[in-house]
Amino acid sequence: MSIPVLKFDAVIVGAGGAGLRSAIQLSEAGLKTAVLSKVFPTRSHTVAAQGGVAASLGNSEEDHWTWHMYDTVKGSDWLGDQDAIEFMCKKANEVVVELEHYGMPFDRTDDGKIYQRPFGGHMSNFGEKPVRRSCAAADRTGHAMLHAMYQRNVKANTQFFVEWMALDLIRDEEGHVLGVTAMEMETGQVVIFHARATIFATGGAGRIFYSSTNAFINTGDGLGMAARAGIPLEDMEFWQFHPTGVAGAGVLITEGVRGEGGILRNSSKERFMERYAPNAKDLASRDVVSRAMATEIKEGRGCGVNKDYVLLDITHLDPATIMKRLPGIHEIGIQFAGVDCLKEPLPVVPTCHYQMGGIPTHYSGRVVAPKNGDVNSVVPGFYAGGECACASVHGANRLGTNSLLDLLVFGKSAGDSAVEDLKAGKAHRDLPKDVADKTLARIAALDNRKGGANVHETRLAMQRTMQDHAGVFRFGDMLKQGVEKILEVEKAARQLEIKDKSMAWNTARTEALEMENLIEVAKATMISAEARKESRGAHVRDDAPDTAEFPNGRNDKEWLKHTLFSPVDNTITYKPVNMQPQTVEPVALKTRSY
Amino acid sequence: MDRADYERLRWRCIRRALLELDITLTRFLDGGEFEKLNDDQQQAFVELADMEDYDLWDLVTGKAEIDDPRLAQIVALIRKS
Repeated sequence: MSIPVLKFDAVIVGAGGAGLRSAIQLSEAGLKTAVLSKVFPTRSHTVAAQGGVAASLGNSEEDHWTWHMYDTVKGSDWLGDQDAIEFMCKKANEVVVELEHYGMPFDRTDDGKIYQRPFGGHMSNFGEKPVRRSCAAADRTGHAMLHAMYQRNVKANTQFFVEWMALDLIRDEEGHVLGVTAMEMETGQVVIFHARATIFATGGAGRIFYSSTNAFINTGDGLGMAARAGIPLEDMEFWQFHPTGVAGAGVLITEGVRGEGGILRNSSKERFMERYAPNAKDLASRDVVSRAMATEIKEGRGCGVNKDYVLLDITHLDPATIMKRLPGIHEIGIQFAGVDCLKEPLPVVPTCHYQMGGIPTHYSGRVVAPKNGDVNSVVPGFYAGGECACASVHGANRLGTNSLLDLLVFGKSAGDSAVEDLKAGKAHRDLPKDVADKTLARIAALDNRKGGANVHETRLAMQRTMQDHAGVFRFGDMLKQGVEKILEVEKAARQLEIKDKSMAWNTARTEALEMENLIEVAKATMISAEARKESRGAHVRDDAPDTAEFPNGRNDKEWLKHTLFSPVDNTITYKPVNMQPQTVEPVALKTRSY
Repeated sequence: MDRADYERLRWRCIRRALLELDITLTRFLDGGEFEKLNDDQQQAFVELADMEDYDLWDLVTGKAEIDDPRLAQIVALIRKS
């Protein structure tokens, strides 16, 4: 079968913040650049980022990138690579000012500078007191950012392939990356994008969990493609959770609800936070509340048929206060829980929000993988940025407003590195003879299989397994069982069946292909989490508690290292954390406390 | 609306930027509400689905209002679904 081949200098997969930012670098350098996206670029999930972007501009008060770096290393629980963190924090001002020049409508001070507000974890003078570092465009920062960068790309003649899904990474025998196979949804046609540089900016994979704030589009397509091409995934055990998402929906309920007097209750209506935090109770920190909720559910005191959520009760509050102080909460309850929160408590559960791990990259945006004894050997022709990549700047936990900074800095950096490599004169390498065979075989198997697994049921089984066994608070026995269970789900995910065989707009096929990506991420997460026998950042284990020897359960002696999960044989290796910044003294290890 | 047009619309509803709209619009389509609409109402739904996520979400939550009665009627149905 003859497959059309489209030739570009660079192909970028994903048109969210990181993809658009790298495309600007390539197109403005005069390189023929294609951007593939499952949706129109301004429908990417970057739109949902409201908080802002961190940069030590010092517009409102004194600030310095070294302070930002300190906060980021500390936030990462020392798992972030300090050379990459220095790079990001140093570059922050530059990428924010560039964005301003692209037309981004930042909020401003009276004298016309970019207005900056405080955000959790961002401090002045190495952790002394909060600092105003977040630059925002009202509560639509991500949305405004995407619009500004999309327009800049249109000006630079970036070629967009909208409603196309990338399917597989193309590698030759020597391991060079030569582009991707992709499917046009409107026709079902598979096409080869033959490129000298391939950049992944496919975002996160939060849909592996049953409760996730991520939009449905976050199916980890880049991670799935990388895994199928034999690239390991780094630090996949680290996922950030919010304590209160609407059970079954994932939509966030602001922490302000507890601030206004909301009470968490279990199946016997007990105010269980009194047992876990006798003083702060429901106002304890996010981590403490999440762990308490997870423990109640694990010990069988959850609510509902599956006993898999707890209740957030505000029925004792004055309805007028709720409507005034917590606008939107009533509507969220009705729309997503079918509950009038003035009369009944809301079902809530700790909810996945952000993926810290991903495709391993150097801070230049080049993808790295172990080869011939070098754990950071560059994979030629392959780059990644944003949530799908692991530079690693977020380490074991991410600071708010560093995600938008990540996609700007590493989107740009990946683009710059690709430009540099391409200008060095690399020609298109020959495509392997079997270039699209695996992709076509996957699609044919989906189309022809009879008696296979149902996509919806398999996805649900994966999400339940991840939520129950690798959620916000983890238990050794549950993780062990979780590994067995997710490997069972994987068997089903390899045998998916779809009823609709049509070519044009076959959303059943697209969702099945997404499922094949999700399962790679789920498996990497579960096995990596089971293997890491300490608590660090967002990975908190019941059997690695806070002790004098290991404060917060963190064990630097054994576990100050990055996980590399090999999807080929489900094995794990480790590589050292880079504790050596480029120009400043390292941020020395200490206990992380706020 | 033919199959391809419907499936294109469905894709544009089940893959939004905001989770809130993913859930709300998927429910409207897969729950059978869309197929109850007449041709003109279906066209109005398509116009709403083409809107930017925050603009549409503000309509659905009542934070914003829309003058066009054709569209307002569909927004009310989405809210109820």
